Amino acid sequence: MAPVDAPWEDKMTTFLTRRTALLAAATCAATLGLTAIAEAQTSIKIGYAISRTGPNTGGAAVTTIPNYELWVKEVNAAGGIKLGDKRVPIEVVQYDDRSNAEEAVRALERLINQDKVDFILPPWGTGLNLAVGPTLNREGYPHLAATAVTDRAPELAKRWPNSFWLLGTSADAAKTLVELLNKLRDEKKIGDTVAMVSIADGFGIDLSSAARPALTNAKFKLAYDKSYPIGTQDLAPIVNEIKALNPDVFIAFSYPPDTLALTEQSRIAGLNPKVFYTGVGTAFPLYRQKFGKNTEGVMGIGGWSGDSPAIKDYLARHKAAAANGAEPDRWASAVTYASLQMLQQAIERVGKIDRAAVIKDLQTGTFDTVIGKVKLENNMPTRYWWVGQWQGGEFYGIAPAKNEGARTAIVPKPAWVAP
Amino acid sequence: MTARVAGFGAAALTALALLALVPRLGNAYYLALAISLLQYTVLATAWGMFSGPTRYVSLATTAFFGVGAYTVAVLGEILPWPLVLLIAAALGAIVAGIVGLSTLRLSGVYFVIFTFGLTELIRQLVVWFEVNKSRVLGRYVFVDITQADIYWQLLALTAAVFLLGWLIARSRLGFALRVIGEDETVAKHCGINTTFAKVALFTISATVMTLVGAIMAPRWTYIEPSIAFNSMISFQVLIMALLGGAHRLWGPVLGAVPLTLLFELLSARFPNTFTIILGCIFLLIVYMLPRGVAGLLEKLSTTAGGKTRQRATA
Repeated sequence: MAPVDAPWEDKMTTFLTRRTALLAAATCAATLGLTAIAEAQTSIKIGYAISRTGPNTGGAAVTTIPNYELWVKEVNAAGGIKLGDKRVPIEVVQYDDRSNAEEAVRALERLINQDKVDFILPPWGTGLNLAVGPTLNREGYPHLAATAVTDRAPELAKRWPNSFWLLGTSADAAKTLVELLNKLRDEKKIGDTVAMVSIADGFGIDLSSAARPALTNAKFKLAYDKSYPIGTQDLAPIVNEIKALNPDVFIAFSYPPDTLALTEQSRIAGLNPKVFYTGVGTAFPLYRQKFGKNTEGVMGIGGWSGDSPAIKDYLARHKAAAANGAEPDRWASAVTYASLQMLQQAIERVGKIDRAAVIKDLQTGTFDTVIGKVKLENNMPTRYWWVGQWQGGEFYGIAPAKNEGARTAIVPKPAWVAP
Repeated sequence: MTARVAGFGAAALTALALLALVPRLGNAYYLALAISLLQYTVLATAWGMFSGPTRYVSLATTAFFGVGAYTVAVLGEILPWPLVLLIAAALGAIVAGIVGLSTLRLSGVYFVIFTFGLTELIRQLVVWFEVNKSRVLGRYVFVDITQADIYWQLLALTAAVFLLGWLIARSRLGFALRVIGEDETVAKHCGINTTFAKVALFTISATVMTLVGAIMAPRWTYIEPSIAFNSMISFQVLIMALLGGAHRLWGPVLGAVPLTLLFELLSARFPNTFTIILGCIFLLIVYMLPRGVAGLLEKLSTTAGGKTRQRATA
């Protein structure tokens, strides 16, 4: 190219660059304009940092955010939280923790020191709840962890007396499942061959390490016991291998994407054991949307008392309030909502913003919630739903059997039908 | 020259003494922000120490940060804290040495891709080990370390990094790296042991990153691979260093400080549109400041002070 052209070309590039930059700036300005929302009113300030972006988004969007929004909407529609003899509305301050522990901790410190919120609602998931634990403890805020399953829960509750672990321990989850299997075997409904797969992540590892000894002690034959990495796309080899073993029980301690994939693959391969159990995601409304009639008899972690009027009412309100009529999941959703009711009742009983007194009330009081009467012992509930089963399009709790509203398990699971 | 160095030293010491008082403010939020600022300052400066002169773009920051965090997760409750830090640093150095020896022969985009893959490789190795050997995934770190302790440790590390960077820039190693950055073939022909120089600096920079991970770990209580090996850190550090200007030791700070504050402001004011706005800002930075803030300052000072000064500082 002739050197004479160069300056002109240079100018052209600069011009284009400037114009592009201006365009970008204009786009930004437009975005900002759209998001500028005026916030009004004061009174009880409630803050939370939740995962709106990053890997936790799915869980937070199904289980946590809709319940926080539903609760705030309902409380404010009723005039607010009752402090003494007057009702004061809730004002919400919220941030995105970007599914990042460091962000979550800093957002909470911002909520406490800058926004000076009166109460804090916890983030979604075990990891983030543990990450914010020390901060909430140091600052004396009640911490109602409704989406954390950890075996260290009893120890954590002792270490941080302000923390409440409402979803229980994975050891308990595995133990209850094995007890149910044991009972079914005693009733001669199933044999004793078990195939177990687990995702190679916190949840899968915790549960399979708890289930393994429990199954062996109960003299079940563990014919298959493997884990698969998070993000595995093709689960067909696992399902085919298990089908060849023809087990009585199939257990998958899985996460939502692989819960769906394992179910789909089992249907295709015709793996239809007497007990078919999958992990997180089985209790999601999405599961029923995807598998329809084929959900019948599928067991999974979680469950709720689907026959109870309180739950039916909660389901209806949740559907009406959610943007697209979305349903709650049948496990941690109701527990999350119950935790908010507990917080409200504790605040109302104390009658003023006194966090230490609210924590005390949460430790000792009895609460009337959508999941029934709740009275905590050592900062943890005394009963949980650990095994649920899809029966006629609803995911009912079936174990522990002593829980109020527990249904009898449908065993053997009906055959898969063509979709 | 000596007087100037002494002046700089005195100013740096004063700044250090003042910064050490931040935890005394008694506001946990400002302390958290200060921790974040220091964390990214150290990471970006360490990144710039290697990538600035050699022009190798590394996305391995997360890998080393994670190694540090995981060392604390495994050993934090069993060994005394200084020993844990020492082991973390040693592990970081060993990993960096092995990686450096085997990959610094790669150049350009191949190196970028490899370093990105390295994070995933180490993360998968950790997962594999935890799943198949220790059978726990997700470890708890209950050590007796306060937020102020974390801050002071980071501050000490910041001072150490700047001192180290300053010393290296004045050493034969620093000179060798600048030659490599200009033209690696020429450097080889000049008799510079390019592999040694690159691996040495890569290791130093990685050790610092590992220490940051180790120091930060007690802040989270719970550590699992997805928390320790969060690849966002690599990208944020890269962007900060580029915004500041990686060709100067003090450049990355000029990026780390404003960007950390900006992230903070955006996530506080626009929690739901954070990513969109961030993207727009990155576009603007790339278009407007291709040589970073440091480059802009240099340009301003040359137009003000004439060409002679540029020759003097170059």
